[in-house]
Amino acid sequence: MPSRADTLALAAGLRAQFEAAGAISVETPILQSAETLLDLYGEDIRARAYVTSDALRGEQMLRPDFTVPVVQMHMAHGAEPARYTYSGEVFRRQEDDLDRANEYVQVGYEVFDRADPAVADAEVFALISEVLAGLKLRAATGDIGILMAAVRGLNTTERRKTALMRHIWRPRRFRALLDRFGGRTPVPPTRTALLAAGDPLAGLAPQIGQRDLVDVAARIEALREDVAAAPIAGHELSALETLLSVHEAAPFALQQLRDVAVDLPSISPALDRLDQRIAALDKRGVDVDNLDFEASFGRTSMEYYDGFVFGFYAERRPDLPPIATGGRYDALTRQLGNGEEIPAVGGVLRPGLMLELKGGL
Amino acid sequence: MTLKLGVPSKGRLMEKTFDWFDKRGIQLARTGSDREYAGAVTGVDGVSLVLLSAGEIPRELAAGRIHLGVTGTDLVQEKLPLWEQQVEQVVAMGFGQADLILAVPQFWVDVDTLDDLDAAAAAFRARHGFRLRIATKYHRLVREFLRAAGVSDYQLIDSQGATEGTVRNETAEAVADITSTGETLRANHLKLMKDGLILRSQATLWRSRVAKYSEVELATLTVVRDCLGVG
Repeated sequence: MPSRADTLALAAGLRAQFEAAGAISVETPILQSAETLLDLYGEDIRARAYVTSDALRGEQMLRPDFTVPVVQMHMAHGAEPARYTYSGEVFRRQEDDLDRANEYVQVGYEVFDRADPAVADAEVFALISEVLAGLKLRAATGDIGILMAAVRGLNTTERRKTALMRHIWRPRRFRALLDRFGGRTPVPPTRTALLAAGDPLAGLAPQIGQRDLVDVAARIEALREDVAAAPIAGHELSALETLLSVHEAAPFALQQLRDVAVDLPSISPALDRLDQRIAALDKRGVDVDNLDFEASFGRTSMEYYDGFVFGFYAERRPDLPPIATGGRYDALTRQLGNGEEIPAVGGVLRPGLMLELKGGL
Repeated sequence: MTLKLGVPSKGRLMEKTFDWFDKRGIQLARTGSDREYAGAVTGVDGVSLVLLSAGEIPRELAAGRIHLGVTGTDLVQEKLPLWEQQVEQVVAMGFGQADLILAVPQFWVDVDTLDDLDAAAAAFRARHGFRLRIATKYHRLVREFLRAAGVSDYQLIDSQGATEGTVRNETAEAVADITSTGETLRANHLKLMKDGLILRSQATLWRSRVAKYSEVELATLTVVRDCLGVG
């Protein structure tokens, strides 16, 4: 294991490199509002972040990442465009694996810039790629925005699209919903019985709790609408499946996705952005002909990203988590921006893992 | 040194544990006054009795401060994330059966499955401005269960007792609690969800994998296992 002093020295060096690339160095508090993080991630975050509390401020979390506080800081009083770098510890609660670090140093680079998202994506990826050169890592890339565009463009009810969008990051639930909306799984008999009842709200048990009769009636109405709606068409379902299985070198992936766009034309603008990104990466000297593109990459682990996503992996050390990860998170700036928003992209590195790999070379 | 056996210090769980050991030739008893937590073991040499709250027994096993302990599967799995590495199940004792389940108000005719609960939670959050509250004391088990099922937009509210009453009192919209017959649920106008069974639990004798065992203690352990017919 690399010493803490070595890790911090490398972190300082990386931060200086990012400053040289135009970033301003920033600091964020270690204690974060638990409420903000719970609102964003839901109850699951409690399994991944340490929670503490006091009688005055209530629940606080030890920062599980820098992105949220950096976005908050920028949205509160940042000038545009802005480039930030930071380094420091993040804390991750571990419940299943004692070998995983519960505290480690991250160094990050974030770009808030409206001018040209493709160029900003390429800037972040290329910069991190250069910093990691020599470690012989495999880069994986993807784009959550293509899947989101596909869902938004489906010929079905708004309610179904909203339900699918909610579960973009939960592949199993997403699949189950798709099967139901596509008519592949039968309607549960209890639901058929409920909807067949003349007045489903007749003779109810006592109404207790804050989810009241209005909520129950609204959901029954939604269920009626869903039963009446036609299933999502077979060609759209199979196009969506093809989309999710695309895994190729970037230029070929783009070609395959263009074929998918015949059945899902709504993804075309997202594919144009992918095209522009590949060109921008090429211009920055990235070997795009050998760059992995996986359409479902980032779906399980990176829930605030909504466009370009990437990760760098040590193939000879499959036991290690990714050495660097990042992506675009425009929607997060909207959620934390009190009505404001700005396109944003960034990435983080783990200097401790970089040293561990160098030691093993 | 003696082999330390931890058992629940009061209530029916203690009585049933004493009966269970008695049928197998080991007599456990509380000594001293009613209020004093001291105990004695007869029928086998070299075992000392440690009276503890059932909720503390998992922690004591995991710390290796007791060698054997009686407590529910629910408490072991809730409190010990790596329980399979920390304790060994010696024998399920056949009493104290209870299921950890998710329950919602009976009048929620639109909610039967986790799929319904997830959709209801999303709509609830949109209308009421906060995440649907589920009252429980089994935070880890419930959270893991809901995560695996892909349920979102809920929050867990801590409830250490009278959990079934939280919905009527409007401190939660649903509950996750232990039930054996479901009577308390029905009395509080709650119903089980179809796929809402989180865990089946019963009183179980566990052995700590972490505790240190001297040769004498190992020999005693073998004698105890023989007595219990689990050698």
